[in-house]
This record gives sequence, C-alpha cells and structure tokens, in this order.
Amino acid sequence: MFIRNPMRVRPVAALIAAAAMVLLTGCIGGAATAPGDAGTTTLHLVGYAVPKEANNAIQKKFAETPEGKGVTWQESYGASGDQSRAVVNGLKADYVNFSLEGDVTRLVKAGLVEENWKSGPTKGIVSESAVVIVVQKGNPLGIKDWSDLTKPGVKIVTPNPASSGSARWNILAAYQQVIANGGTDAEATAYLTKFFNNVAALPGSGRDATNAFLQGAANVLISYENEAILARQSGEDFDYILPDATIKIENPGAVLKDANPKAKAYLDFVLSPAGQEEFVKNGFRPFIPSTPVGEVVGANDPAKPFPVPPKLFTINDLGGWDAVNAKFFDEGGLVPEIQKATGRSQ
Amino acid sequence: MHDTTAYRVTRWALRLIVIGYLSFLVVWPVGLVAAKTFAHGLAPVINALRQPEVIFAFQLTLSAAFWAVVINTIFGVGISLLLVRYTFPGRRALNAMLDVPLSVSPVVVGLALLLVYSGRTGWLGNGLEQAGLQIIYAPPGIIMATAFVSLPLVIREVVPVLTEIGTEQEQAARSLGASGLQTFARITLPAIRWGLLYGVVLSLARSLGEFGAVKIVSGGVAMRTQTATLLVEERYQQFGQANAITAYTAAFLLALIAVLALIIISSLRPGRGNSK
Amino acid sequence: MGTQQLASTPPAGAASTAVGRRPPRGKSATSLTPMSGLGLGIALTWFSLLVLIPLTAVLIQASAGGWSAYWDALTSPQTLAALRLTVGHAVLVTAVNVVMGTTIAWVLVRDQFPGKQLLEVVIDIPFALPTIVAGLVLLSLYGPSSPLGVNWANTRIAVLLAFLFVTLPFIVRTVQPVLLELEQEVEEAAASLGASRLATFRLVILPSLAPAITAGAALSFCRAISEYGSLVLLSGNLPYSTEVASVRILSSVEGDQLTEAAAVASILLVVALVVIITLDLISRRVARYA
Repeated sequence: MFIRNPMRVRPVAALIAAAAMVLLTGCIGGAATAPGDAGTTTLHLVGYAVPKEANNAIQKKFAETPEGKGVTWQESYGASGDQSRAVVNGLKADYVNFSLEGDVTRLVKAGLVEENWKSGPTKGIVSESAVVIVVQKGNPLGIKDWSDLTKPGVKIVTPNPASSGSARWNILAAYQQVIANGGTDAEATAYLTKFFNNVAALPGSGRDATNAFLQGAANVLISYENEAILARQSGEDFDYILPDATIKIENPGAVLKDANPKAKAYLDFVLSPAGQEEFVKNGFRPFIPSTPVGEVVGANDPAKPFPVPPKLFTINDLGGWDAVNAKFFDEGGLVPEIQKATGRSQ
Repeated sequence: MHDTTAYRVTRWALRLIVIGYLSFLVVWPVGLVAAKTFAHGLAPVINALRQPEVIFAFQLTLSAAFWAVVINTIFGVGISLLLVRYTFPGRRALNAMLDVPLSVSPVVVGLALLLVYSGRTGWLGNGLEQAGLQIIYAPPGIIMATAFVSLPLVIREVVPVLTEIGTEQEQAARSLGASGLQTFARITLPAIRWGLLYGVVLSLARSLGEFGAVKIVSGGVAMRTQTATLLVEERYQQFGQANAITAYTAAFLLALIAVLALIIISSLRPGRGNSK
Repeated sequence: MGTQQLASTPPAGAASTAVGRRPPRGKSATSLTPMSGLGLGIALTWFSLLVLIPLTAVLIQASAGGWSAYWDALTSPQTLAALRLTVGHAVLVTAVNVVMGTTIAWVLVRDQFPGKQLLEVVIDIPFALPTIVAGLVLLSLYGPSSPLGVNWANTRIAVLLAFLFVTLPFIVRTVQPVLLELEQEVEEAAASLGASRLATFRLVILPSLAPAITAGAALSFCRAISEYGSLVLLSGNLPYSTEVASVRILSSVEGDQLTEAAAVASILLVVALVVIITLDLISRRVARYA
C-alpha cells in the first residue's frame, strides 16, 4: 500500500530537496558563529520600546569617532519592564537604556550594574520627554485637556503598567495633573478611576500602544512626546496635545559591570552634544544646556518644538520612585486596586 | 439515477462552496500579501532583502531549521526502528508521548524550555551556563525549540513504512552475514527513503516557520537571535514604509518557501484524491 | 491507511495503529538486544531532555504556589476571559470545520474538475505557512486596508478567522483517506435498494466517517486553542475582548510571572494530553473493526 512508484516521483523534486540541503550546509557557517571578525567590537544594547531610532542615529555618529571605530551592535528593544527582567534572566547586555529608573535599579539589585551608576552629572539620565495626549487627525473629539478624557465615547489606549515604562509615566501624569491643578488626592484617585474606565486597550509597550492607536483600536493615545514626534516624522498622520499640566519624563541609561569598556565610551558619547543632538532630532527634549536644537520635523511647531508646559512636574514632586512605586504600582497599590475595580488588569 | 438534476445541482453547489471558502480563507489573502510586497515595485523589495538584519535572520532561520531537522531525522529513524522492530515495556506509552509535541502550544513549548534551560534560574540552565553553554537567548535554544515542535514528523512517516516492509529482507541480509550497519544502509534505508524524505521536507517546512516558541527562548536580538519570523513581527510594528515593505518581503519569502516545500511534498506523493 | 497526508492522521494513529495493528511481514518484533537497548537509552535521554523534563517543569511550576495560588491564577478575571474566549471560539471553529472539512474532503474525493489538484496544495498551505505570516495574510484581506471594505482587525471575528485558517487541513486530511477507501459498491447497493442519495449519505457514509471526523475535530480543537502567531498582529490582544490563552501565557512570561504562566499552560497541556489519549483510543477501536 505504501509502495512508491519510482516512475511517478519526479526526480527533479528530490534533487531540489537535496540541493536545498547542501545550500543550507553552506549557510550554517554564516549564522552559527556570532558575527564580527577580529578588529571589531560587538556591543549589546538592551533598550525600552521607543528609542531605537535615536540610538541608531547616535551609534552611526559614534562609529565616526576614534573610540567608536569598528563597533558593531546587537540590539533588543521592547517594553521597559520586560527588557529589564530579561537582562536579569540572562539576556546579554553591555549598555541599557530603559524608560524608568526602577528598571535599572532591578539590575543593580541583581548585581549587574554598579551602585553608583547615577552619580554622574546627569544623575544617570540620558534623555527627557513629556507625556502628551495623541488624538486623531483634526481632533474630531475636541480633546483639549486631561478632563476631556473621561467623557463618554473616548477610547484610550495606554500601555500596560506591569510591563511598560511608558504606562507608568502616563498614569503618574494623569494622577498628578489633578493635584497640580489644585485638587486633592481623593479627587486624583477618582479621576484615575474614570480614566481607566475609558481604557480600551493595554498593549505591552509604548510602541505597541502607538501601533494599536494607528490601527484604530482607540481614538486617544497617551504616550511620550518623542514617540508622537517620531511617528509623525515617519509619515503617520495625527495630532498631539501637550497638556498644561504634565510630567517630565526622564529615561536612564547605564553600563553593566562586566561590559566591554567601549560601552562606557558610548554612554559618554550619548551624553555629549553630538549624541544629545540626535535625541533632539528624534523628538526628545534637550536637557543638557550645550545641546544644539534645530528644527524638529514632526513637532507641532518645528521651529519651537518643545514649549514648556506651565505646570510641568517631576517624579520628585511625587516623592521619588520608591514612594511612587509603593503608592501606585506595587501589590496593593493604587493602580492594581483600580484595575481590579474597573476590570482592566494585566 | 446517478445524474439527476438535483444531484448535479448539489454537486455544483458543493464545488462552489468549497472553492469559495478556500478562496476567501486562503487563496485571496495569500495573493494579497504577494501583491502588497510588490506594490511599490521590485526595488524596495531588493533593498529590503539587502539589509544585514534580514540576511542574518534568514541565515539563522535556515541553520536552526537545518540542525533541528538533522537531529530529528537521526532521532526519528532510530526511534522508529526501535518502536517497530523491538518490544519493550512502555512502548505504547512512548508511542503516544512522541505525538505530544504536535499538540502543544508553541508558547507552552517556549515556557517549558525556559523553565529548564534559563541561564540563571533554570533547572539545568544554571549548571550549563557555568559550564559556558548558554541555551536561552542564544542559538542553541532556538534549535531546541525548533526541534521540539517538529519532532514527531519524521517518525510518523517512517514508522508505517517500516511496519509494511517487514523484516524479511533484513533477516535475509543478516543470515547472509551482513552486519547491522550494512543491513541498515543497504536494505532498510533504501526501503524507507521516500517516507523519510517526505518527513524531512515536512519537518523542514515546519521548522522554518516556528514563531511562538522561538519568540520566548530567543530574546529576538537582531543580528544575533532574531529569526525570520521574529523579523516579520518586529518590522511590521515599526513606523515607515520601508519597514512595512521589509515585513511583507520577509513574509512573502517565508510563504514562498512553504509553498515550494508543499509542491515538493505533493510531487513525492502517489496520486490520491480520486475515488476508485 | 492515511499516512500520506500532510496535516495528520490521528497522531497516535499513524504510529500506534501501525505498531499495534497486525504483525508485520516476517518475524514479529523482538525483545531488545544490548545494542538496541543502548540506542533506546540514548534516544530516551534526548527525548527527556527536550520534551519530557521541560513539560514536567511546567506542571511543577504551575503547582509551585500550592492549590490556592494555582486556582487564583486560573480564575483571575482576565485569565478567565481569555480561557473562555479561547475555548468558545475553538469549539465554534471546530463545528464549522466538521461541516466544511467533510464537504471539502467529499469534493476532493468524489468530484472531478480542472484545477482540483491545485486545491490539494491550497489546503495544506495553512499547515506549512509560518503562523506570523498567516496573521499578515489574513490582515491583508480582513484588516484596515482590506479590498473588501471590512476591518475586522482587533475584533473577535479576527480570532475566528485565525482559528479557521490554521485548523483548515485537519478534518479534511483525516476524512479523505477514509472516503477514498470507502467501497462505492456499498453506496451502489444502498441505492439499488431504493435509498435516496441523502439517506445513503446519512446512514451509510457518515457513520463510516465518524471516527475520522472525530479524530480530525479533536486535532482541530487542540490546534485552535494552541494558536498564537497569527493572533499577534491580527487580534490586537485586547484584554477581555480578543486576548487568548496563549497570549496570556506570553504576557505572564514576559512579566516574569512564571507560576501564573505555567498555570494557564497546564490547562492547555492537559487538553492536549486528553486529545492524544482520545485519538489513541479511537484509532485502536477503528483498527479493531477495520
């Protein structure tokens, strides 16, 4: 029954299969060994979801410097929390660029990063931005400020606070803006609850949230200002609003303990005017005085890309990360409670 | 009695339903991907294929699939021989367990391998990492995950053949003085060759397309552990037309390889599908 | 029997039917020689390292926090929603496949028209196509830029479509060989005795196909609940709405909540085992009466 009639089998087909096998053997050499021959250094960068383009631009410039010559990169970008946990679990990294300080602290606790990583002049920060409200082109819902987000018919997409750094910035901004405008803690909590009731999707990372918005899963996106600017630079068509009260986003960068020494050179370059210029071009806010700021394509006003919101608050206004994590994000904190109440959890 | 009008109408209706169903579910969507890949002409596609990340991703996919298929073929033929030619306690149970990998979700496969082979916390991974062998977040993990999901495919093609051909020839060879190896190489292997080739191509197609399990165990680091399927996902989710074209190009290439494998497989098969 | 199909015969069927059915030509299986015993040992070691130990690790991890933690992980509202969605849609899709799969197999076996051979390849495409590509493929026709004017991305319909796509070949390929072998004389006999075609189909053909359809349905169900890749781009993975079990597992893994992930995974594993055992039993029953 299983007798194959050799006549029916096209010999060509079998030959193709055999040839494919031989070809593959040739390919193994290329992939089985890690790329990079003698004379090049390979650095491993693990980053949060949105700074890929900025880092790639800085890496290009870095390669033109004497310290950066011959450096090749292997990179991984994803939700800040997930990436940080991956590094702890063995994902190779020389330089990390996360969204939240806490994601670097996790590495310090795991013994992968020196305790004094933020003792430098910028206290470990490599880029800054602000939380903005992204709306559809033409702003059909007429959103002007945070208070409009709790109206019926508004569908918000914001990332998942368990995995994403962007999510935490967003939540803190949504909460603290009530207080910055003179409200009480109770009022802020009430607002946050209404906010969560309007959340239509909780994707894993800031970039995933942008994509969900662009695909029509929601009509409002809360995101980094730099992400909104970058998306518009890449041809996506939407509007974004910088609220009067919003939070200053500060993203850390750190070198790992056992890293290749060139990683430290890269960090220094990132903080130099040349490196910071690339961050600005990709929509991040300048925070080091010597950073050149030109026209920023994609910003609401390319000539004046980074207006300072009248009520810009920082993480310090909220008591610092330790207090914030305990109050908002840890087990029993505000956010898990609200998520349970509104049914919108991880 | 055979060709009443009602019968002919039913026949046509069924035919149309089937063709319609398959068109809307498979043919048209696949065709659209091909169309979208070349929507802006051939040049962007060529550019996409020239990117080092794309080349690396395909090389990694091919080499991981190759090794997985090699491992599964050796293991598959060996286990098939053992299952068919010998009896031992637990044979039936082993038989059933060998089919498990096909029914397990790829995400569960990834989790399972992660729990055991993760560098810092894995059961065996910790020890292996001390010895210098990194499995998770490195190519060996990808090979293992790929081998896992396609494990039964060779076995399921070889076992029926071995059963059918019986042991007469092998025994004859033995009685004439051939060694075990000679018997295998000269008698058994040629007898199972078509089934084996069939299973190998099937295995290869399955291995090239693995996504979920590899996503968990590899870390998706471009130029190091990012396979072609992971590349498709990454590029689709990035901004800009160039990235979208890259995603579609990689997807198109993978689909092409899959269809080619199917054509090879169907040409290896004796004709079927006609009633007697 | 049906070993020549791509997607499957009942998994236990291919191996165990052949192994357990009738003695092969020549001497029946012998007991182990030292050499083969060694080979078996090596093979079993590899199989354990690759499959058995990791899967056991999942089960052990799931029980790591004790019964209460296991139950909490499974009944968290979002996980329950995901499981309900996954199982519900898988059942629905399996029902559709029973009808469509049998119909397709029927047309392939009993009908003749130009281009039929092409359909054979088309049916196997979902089996060979990488799942992430399947997602892109379906997105092209049913997503934002669809020529049909629909946009079902990020909806439950997308989940249904993805399931339908990946489970297409299973029932077709289990039913086809049985249909092929079915003696047409039996049908002729029934017809000559006055039975209408429909009655023949209902009372003669369908019962013979029942084991094959059941086997295919079990495989189809199993495949649907396991699906991941095609849903990543297509369904939006929205909690409580389009998030399936496999996506829950992945989120938990990425969030380093391995016990929660293992708990959901254990459910999928148990279902897979039940399916395999069912198929083993069915195929043995079929073999006995074949």
